[in-house]
Amino acid sequence: MTIGLSHYLILAAIMFSISIAGIVINRKNVIILLMSIELMLLAVNLNFIAFSHYLDDLAGQVFVFFILTVAAAEAAIGLAILVVLFRNKRSINIDDISELRG
Amino acid sequence: MTEFVQPNLIPALPEIVMLVMTCLVLVVDLFLPQEKRGYSLFLAVATLVLTALTIIAVAPVDSISSFGGSFLLDQMAVTLKLAICVITILVFVYSRDYLTDHDIYKGEYYVLGLFAVLGMMIMISAHSFLLIYLGLELLSLSLYAMIAFNRKSLAASEAAMKYFVLGAMASGLLLYGISIFYGVTGTLNIDQFAQVVNDKMSENPIPLAFAMTFIVVGLSFKMGAVPFHMWLPDVYQGSPTSVTLFIGTAPKIAGFAMAMRLLVDGLGDLYADWSQMLIVLAVASMVIGNIIAIAQTNFKRMLAYSTISHVGFILLGILSGTATGYASAMFYTLTYAITASVAFGVLILLNRRGAEAENISDLSGLNDSNDCYADLLAIAMFSMAGLPPTVGFYAKLSVLQSVVQIDLVWLAVVAVLFSVIGLFYYLRIVRVMYFDKPLDREVTIKQALDVKILLSANGLSLLGLGIFPSGLMAYCVLAFS
Repeated sequence: MTIGLSHYLILAAIMFSISIAGIVINRKNVIILLMSIELMLLAVNLNFIAFSHYLDDLAGQVFVFFILTVAAAEAAIGLAILVVLFRNKRSINIDDISELRG
Repeated sequence: MTEFVQPNLIPALPEIVMLVMTCLVLVVDLFLPQEKRGYSLFLAVATLVLTALTIIAVAPVDSISSFGGSFLLDQMAVTLKLAICVITILVFVYSRDYLTDHDIYKGEYYVLGLFAVLGMMIMISAHSFLLIYLGLELLSLSLYAMIAFNRKSLAASEAAMKYFVLGAMASGLLLYGISIFYGVTGTLNIDQFAQVVNDKMSENPIPLAFAMTFIVVGLSFKMGAVPFHMWLPDVYQGSPTSVTLFIGTAPKIAGFAMAMRLLVDGLGDLYADWSQMLIVLAVASMVIGNIIAIAQTNFKRMLAYSTISHVGFILLGILSGTATGYASAMFYTLTYAITASVAFGVLILLNRRGAEAENISDLSGLNDSNDCYADLLAIAMFSMAGLPPTVGFYAKLSVLQSVVQIDLVWLAVVAVLFSVIGLFYYLRIVRVMYFDKPLDREVTIKQALDVKILLSANGLSLLGLGIFPSGLMAYCVLAFS
């Protein structure tokens, strides 16, 4: 069996769904949320690379480089916010983050 | 070997000026002692003024595109960018005393704010998916950091975390949609994309519609339309009020521009599909926003729900799909940003060290102690409710007109009905300010002269624009002619 475009797309779709489920269902740990966000961006990257190869067009791969860079910046800011949150709350449990309601 | 083509840098000159000046502010601020922090504010405002002047200087008669068609400077971009610069100047000046009182008077506030403005300007001018994404992320990343700016506050760090997770998820959804667009059309440029969509529409509409759903969901997350609004009240309430002031005003304008670029410029041929989605989003936003706002006791949270209902109105203008509809949505967005800056501007003045004013009850009897500010807040509330002669009335009227023009009368009726419900909680603020007993504690407002002048001018502009809306409206109409 040869591996074609659709296989990559299906893999990316599965990764994307897992990451959404990780954000929506996960009730334990904020770190897992950050991991899910990274996984989501990687799923998109896989999509772009597969299309880029299939279409023989470089723009998709250029986009991937930009997404990787932004993801790095995003992870840095996310972890920084997590540290601030932990200092104030002494917990990174999602159920404890419920100060704001209404 | 193809020759390297030098792009035309003139359309991007405002952004370049902005970037250089922001880096200058960053470096100068490093060497300033705390008591001279005022120079950072001065430099930040000077940056915005300079950028605004550059925008006027390079404003084209028609439109110019550059960087291989991925950057576009048209009439809409010029007007929106100018509005963002002016509103950000107001935000920076209003928030000075608040920052001093809360011991967060640091240069980073201005640097992050300026980078956010740069991101918004890029979003407005972007004419390729890549540039829209980069502008959006520059804006969002700056905002995440700004919300967590007061790092001793638990509420602020919690709000930042929520905004971060949901904002990143929205970006991910948007990107997934874009990746499928890229796969279907093979281009990232919005002009070429629209061309390919037009040619291939009948061939394979399913993948396009599938990807469009992701785009609409991502967009409504960013704009805060129901059912993707969960982050908005928490962020408004949790952030320092100076940051709420910023988030509640300028990024709305950028969100409108992003919606126009993606839906109208890019997906204009799929109007029939996305207008149906926007109808659902708009009605849900107006219903949920207005009804839940009634139950709020926190003023910032109430304004958040009111924002959600206003987003519903902006979507109404966009979904009408006509030039007048887009112009009225643009007018609505601009005037909403001005109105919100008055409301948050007054709220920020009431916040003092040891005397946080966040709840609606904190406003009681404001008329007795500070009648001038009570009047300004009352004008802002009337404008949000849409009462004449304030500008909110004209903005709502023009949006409703455009909806009626496309024979969606029931939609206009729903909009009016829920505006009337909204009137209840806006007028409650006015009642609390004018007729309730004043609080025991003394509410003294430190009145810096520049804040006083700017805030008064800002408040009176709501009346001025309400009586003479044609000037601003002409610019909005020009943007889509």
